[in-house]
Amino acid sequence: MYGYEFYVDPSRCIGCQACVKACEECDTHRGHSMINFDFVDRAETIATAAYVCWHCEDPTCAQVCPADAIKKGEDGVVMSALKPRCIACENCVLACPFGIPKIIPEYEQMMKCDMCYDRTSVGKKPMCATVCPSQALAYLRPEEIAHRRETPSNVFYFGAQKITTQVYMMTPPGTDSVTLDITEFMWEKANV
Amino acid sequence: MSKPVKEQEPLWRDEFSVSKADERYVNRRQLTKFLTLGSLGMFAGNVWILVRSWLRKVPVYPRSIVARAGEIPVGAVKLFQYPKPGEQCIMIRTSENTYVAYSQKCTHLSCAVFYSREQDRLECPCHQGYFSVRDGSVLQGPPTRPLPRVVLERKGDELIAIKMDPEV
Repeated sequence: MYGYEFYVDPSRCIGCQACVKACEECDTHRGHSMINFDFVDRAETIATAAYVCWHCEDPTCAQVCPADAIKKGEDGVVMSALKPRCIACENCVLACPFGIPKIIPEYEQMMKCDMCYDRTSVGKKPMCATVCPSQALAYLRPEEIAHRRETPSNVFYFGAQKITTQVYMMTPPGTDSVTLDITEFMWEKANV
Repeated sequence: MSKPVKEQEPLWRDEFSVSKADERYVNRRQLTKFLTLGSLGMFAGNVWILVRSWLRKVPVYPRSIVARAGEIPVGAVKLFQYPKPGEQCIMIRTSENTYVAYSQKCTHLSCAVFYSREQDRLECPCHQGYFSVRDGSVLQGPPTRPLPRVVLERKGDELIAIKMDPEV
């Protein structure tokens, strides 16, 4: 939908999982929810995070696909793997730094969030953004998001890999990128 | 500034582009290749058809005795197999001294035609295709080609099938 952007703000997520259920209603992947829903640290906090595909400018999933099955449209939306090509090798699942692609074993195909292509291509909002009560997942015009305290950012650093995305992450004010050091994140003190 | 970066990119990125639009893009060289190979293929096909028509043999038909004159009454039919066993034909005695024979396979979908004495025509029961008894031409219905005729020769009181017309 022209002029609209997708904004993800995990700090607003209340864990209702309405997006997870609504996503299943989408006609491009009916019955399979493409929302990635996380309990951040279940033992310590009630914090949850729901997010969609970030639709990278240079999608890692597509770069690693040996069957050339993952394609990006002119509108920047990265689609599910093409059924005739996908060999369900899971390369994309392993390669995506965000952990977005899902293998559907009964179809032997990778499916992922396609920004509700049947809806957004005809001027409707994606399913998840229409049902999210706290607008942790929001599909808005940039001027509509501007009043929020957080700054939208679409640049991610995973170690040395820089990723620019189409979907924005709401970051603390004054931040222009998100940096994640995976090895540091996975370091467990107890094991030292 | 973007050009030098593009040159550094490996070839596979260009050949297996992530972008849907790039994948569908057909460049001039690919189109020319397709046209050249396509017309080459058409030429080869035509040559093959030509060579096949040169090498085509004139079919040889056996002579076989179908019936004896006077064996069947006027207006009656006799079924026989010609030129090979299994290829059903129908012979009709239209008058005292006239006998005609046709292939029984309807030229539409190969149903067996029968002789209707009341209407004086050959009828195909499947789709109501009617053929003339005089020359086998189509009177009505879906068939477009006439029934192949069996050419008969009379020798003494023997009726002999000598060939099919047109050749089948």
